[in-house]
Amino acid sequence: MTTANEFTLAELIIVAGAEAFRNDGEVLATGIGPLPRLAVGLAKLTCAPGLMMTDGEAYLVEDPIPLGARGDFKPKFSGWMPYHRVFDSVWSGRRHAMVTPVQMDRYGQGNISALGDDFNKPKVAMLGVRGFPGNSLCHKNSMFLPNHSKRTFVEGEVDVVASVGFNAKNWPEGTKPDDVKLGRVITDLCVFDYNGPDHAPQVLSLHPGVTFEQVQEATGFPLLRAEGMTTTDAPTEAQLAIIAKLDPHNIRATVLKGNPPGIRAA
Amino acid sequence: MNKEMDLKSVVAQLRDGMTIGFGGWGPRRKPMAIVREILRSDLKDLTLVAYGGPEIGMLCASGKVKKLIYGFVSLDAMPIEPYFRKAREAGSVEVSELDEGLLLLGLQAAGHNLPFAATRVGIGSDVLKYNPHFKTIKSPYDDGETLLAMPAIKLDVALIHTSRADRLGNTQTDGPDPFFDALFARAADKVFVTTEVLVDRIDAEYSDKAKQQLFERCFVSGVVKAPLGAHPTASHEAYGWDMGHLKAYAASAGEEGGWQRYFDEYVKGDEASYIASVGGEAKIRALPLPIF
Repeated sequence: MTTANEFTLAELIIVAGAEAFRNDGEVLATGIGPLPRLAVGLAKLTCAPGLMMTDGEAYLVEDPIPLGARGDFKPKFSGWMPYHRVFDSVWSGRRHAMVTPVQMDRYGQGNISALGDDFNKPKVAMLGVRGFPGNSLCHKNSMFLPNHSKRTFVEGEVDVVASVGFNAKNWPEGTKPDDVKLGRVITDLCVFDYNGPDHAPQVLSLHPGVTFEQVQEATGFPLLRAEGMTTTDAPTEAQLAIIAKLDPHNIRATVLKGNPPGIRAA
Repeated sequence: MNKEMDLKSVVAQLRDGMTIGFGGWGPRRKPMAIVREILRSDLKDLTLVAYGGPEIGMLCASGKVKKLIYGFVSLDAMPIEPYFRKAREAGSVEVSELDEGLLLLGLQAAGHNLPFAATRVGIGSDVLKYNPHFKTIKSPYDDGETLLAMPAIKLDVALIHTSRADRLGNTQTDGPDPFFDALFARAADKVFVTTEVLVDRIDAEYSDKAKQQLFERCFVSGVVKAPLGAHPTASHEAYGWDMGHLKAYAASAGEEGGWQRYFDEYVKGDEASYIASVGGEAKIRALPLPIF
């Protein structure tokens, strides 16, 4: 494996995202948005061949579908996955999604519903909770947040708890917060998870050229350094070739503002 | 038995304050011809239930909505329906925001004539906080787990768009996903269906497509022939969604008097004038189906 010398931050994130699916076995893997979707496709073609994916509409595919206009590519279907089967997969637990909350907090809770203090007249109405409450309760979820800042990783709690986390006050007696499976959180600065003591957030790796202090400064809650905290792996040439094939129109270049390089200038 | 009706006679059966569910999913297979007929009527104070698309936004824009019960309201490429967003931010409609799966379970419970469905979904999230009427129950078995008792969502009426139907009330879709139309149908006292193609007997002409039936005809009260009746949403395999039209519609939400102009330009007349105003039948039939 040759490590690439030149790669973009988006490509670094895709590779880090693919790692989140390693050892998942046979689960329905769903990446919402271009980078998570490419991460799932890359994982399936490298470290997690058991993953099941869809065409984004209603069918299962064994070969990940390239993003955007397909030209001569005609997807081949291995099965049917209409939304009623998606919910059955969700509730069975045999799924791992990578999604993008607008806010996250120290408890691992995520918000895509609305911003502001008044839910009935929100400052900003967003997507609604969509499938987040059920997804986060029933199966593993990883997150991709493109703008690591105190606005996204908030002090206190997120404005609306759409995806569940580890805040004891939100769990009535007799419920099972310990079953919540939070995977990895991948941002433009680092990779972290909530597997520290008592589900504390801990940084697993820093993207090249980023310091822990810089990440902490951009986060509204305290972070730990995970044991063996390292630098996020640079993509290999082979990984970059797969990504290019899965994204022939280079949509990945449009996700992060200015499409910055993967290694930040010191 | 002949359940054929027209749009006007369907809307004549609706009443102020009713709870109305819509089939489809976001900008896919929405019964827009009936929605436009409702927009032309003086109906008001409606409670709407949907995996919502433009039907929800338009009915909010026209001031006909008292309450929304939804899993989402989205135009897909535009993740938040613009008039829904406006209504939310103005606080002008009451809302019951649900996890998408809770909407499924609430409709299913209603269709099964049960008071609730037991589920974990919603526990630990603010869905419980913002739906204070939801109650939990304790499992009566050894596990003793606390679960949400998701209340049944009973509908007065469900409105659903299909690829084909017959005069007996049988329906088929050519779409790759039947969505939750069957649950909406079974949760409702009355179901009115619009269809691209209407035949006397579906068994006589489309016997080989019986697996594409959405739900049983016993739930169907009326069938309306409404070709292109899902526009600007998609109706597989007949036409895709009209993103150009939806973008212009979305832009109107940001303009002073935008809804009134949209209504006057497109909705005010009848379905024939609507189809002409959006470019005509050939243009609609050429709209490509979305890919992802």
